Amino acid sequence: MKLFAIIANTGEWLSGSGPHDQIVVSSRVRLARNLKGKPFPGWAKKAERVAVLDEIRGAVIQLPEMKEAFSEKLEDLSPLEKQVLMERHLISREHAAKGAGSAVVMNTAQTLSFMINEEDHLRMQAIRAGLQLDEVFAMINQADSELEESLDFAFHNELGYLTACPTNVGTGMRASAMLHLPGLVMSEQVNKIINSVNKIGLAVRGLHGEGSEAMGNLFQVSNQTTLGEAEQEIIGRLNKVIFQILEHEQNARQILLQQRAETLLDQIGRAYGILCHAHSITSKEALNLLSFIKMGVDLGLFPGGNRLQVDELFIETQPAHLQKGLQAAKLGSEERDSLRAALIRTKLKKMPEPEIGKIPTTPPTAQSPTSQES
Amino acid sequence: MFCDVCQSKEATVFLTQIVEGKMQKVNLCESCSKEKGVNDPTGFALADLLLGLGAAQEIEKNPLGIRCPVCGFSQTDFKKTGRLGCSACYDAFAEGLSGMLKNMHRGLIHTGKVPARLALVLIKARELASLQQGLEKAILEEKFEDAAGFRDKIRLLESEERKSGESNLPGAVPDLLAGLNRLSLVPTEETPPKPGQKS
Repeated sequence: MKLFAIIANTGEWLSGSGPHDQIVVSSRVRLARNLKGKPFPGWAKKAERVAVLDEIRGAVIQLPEMKEAFSEKLEDLSPLEKQVLMERHLISREHAAKGAGSAVVMNTAQTLSFMINEEDHLRMQAIRAGLQLDEVFAMINQADSELEESLDFAFHNELGYLTACPTNVGTGMRASAMLHLPGLVMSEQVNKIINSVNKIGLAVRGLHGEGSEAMGNLFQVSNQTTLGEAEQEIIGRLNKVIFQILEHEQNARQILLQQRAETLLDQIGRAYGILCHAHSITSKEALNLLSFIKMGVDLGLFPGGNRLQVDELFIETQPAHLQKGLQAAKLGSEERDSLRAALIRTKLKKMPEPEIGKIPTTPPTAQSPTSQES
Repeated sequence: MFCDVCQSKEATVFLTQIVEGKMQKVNLCESCSKEKGVNDPTGFALADLLLGLGAAQEIEKNPLGIRCPVCGFSQTDFKKTGRLGCSACYDAFAEGLSGMLKNMHRGLIHTGKVPARLALVLIKARELASLQQGLEKAILEEKFEDAAGFRDKIRLLESEERKSGESNLPGAVPDLLAGLNRLSLVPTEETPPKPGQKS
């Protein structure tokens, strides 16, 4: 199956629904595995990488859940196709940079993807909408159990699954959730939260993981440690922290509504105005403004507004997605910026104008949320 | 000079810290220094721990030229890339790695999933290790009834191992058991001395 035929459909993790999906965009779990006795991809010679690729790919496409899967060598994908996969979080930035000896296999629902010869011989992930880390872990754990029947994974009695980088040894698991936190950013609490999350051994990162910038108020929370705790314990700890962040975000939004309603409504209104009338917009500006629209939809400011339309724009305005329908050669950044603005204008026209007056802008003194009497 | 954490960006923050009389130097790029909370001195000591920089120096101290016998990867390669060459490298560089792993993770023993084909053997080995720990602790604390309990369970596991024809028992356990038996202090039942009774 051709790649663009698959990605013509929005992936399940974006269009689907899940618990707390207003704030938790998606949940993802990836496992790192290596074949016993074979050098890791970064140290292996090309012939060795190719042999590992053939062995693993053969096993992966046999999986019952990978029927009608998309399977392609990285060298056979165009730069644009690789970037599209990366923007959908189906392959990592590191994997997109790989050439001969690496491959990607994914299912049509785009919930399972297998990166072969990334930093490790195999990195497999499951991703779904909303907060459902336990469910995505169960999916990928199942695939792992099926694969270990035919693949001999490197496993150490004390250290567990062995990985190229010592930071992944043990479970080889990275569980993460993508959170949309405009309330915490606006009320300037997000750095405090990031610092305290870092201190308990979890990491907070930007949109595309390690070293990437936080755009559109999107943050990835994930486990930092992989050795010394069982998978379920790590996920349990992560879940607890995510629930707390979720609560803080909801509180921050309520406080903004009660105490800084004018500012909040002004930001959402301006975002709407700019997005509806801009003729050139960078992806960073678009994401940051779309974040306000998304929050506005969550707060009920766009009656009848369809959240999926906004969520899709988060992905559709990314550089490679913008160009995926085009046959022309790679566009320059100025051309992309005007194409992006046009796409957003068209999509937002279908959305009703915000009803700013809908939110009661009561002064904070009149509010007594803790009071029991009314 | 590249950042010690991400290894990809130019380092702009240079830190020198004296920890237990030893000087440690760390070079960070701007974003990593912010992420690790370097401007916050208490936070930084933690970042240092997380990074396992002390451990990296430990590795350096080892005689130069240690190479993985399986894949030929050297410690210099590891310092350069932060990645290992193959799964056997974990044994080849075990000494230097353990300090680093200790600082990176929440423990040194994997307690999670085990491949099904290794599960039975490993579960037994883990059970035995934990019984052994319990036995040692009980002896140290002079809780001899507990110790007897652990001894019996270990013996049971041992005999099962013998039946299955292979023994993966670490040598320390039988020694410890022999010592415990010589003590012959292990009461079979709890008999608290009655007040006033002479012993």
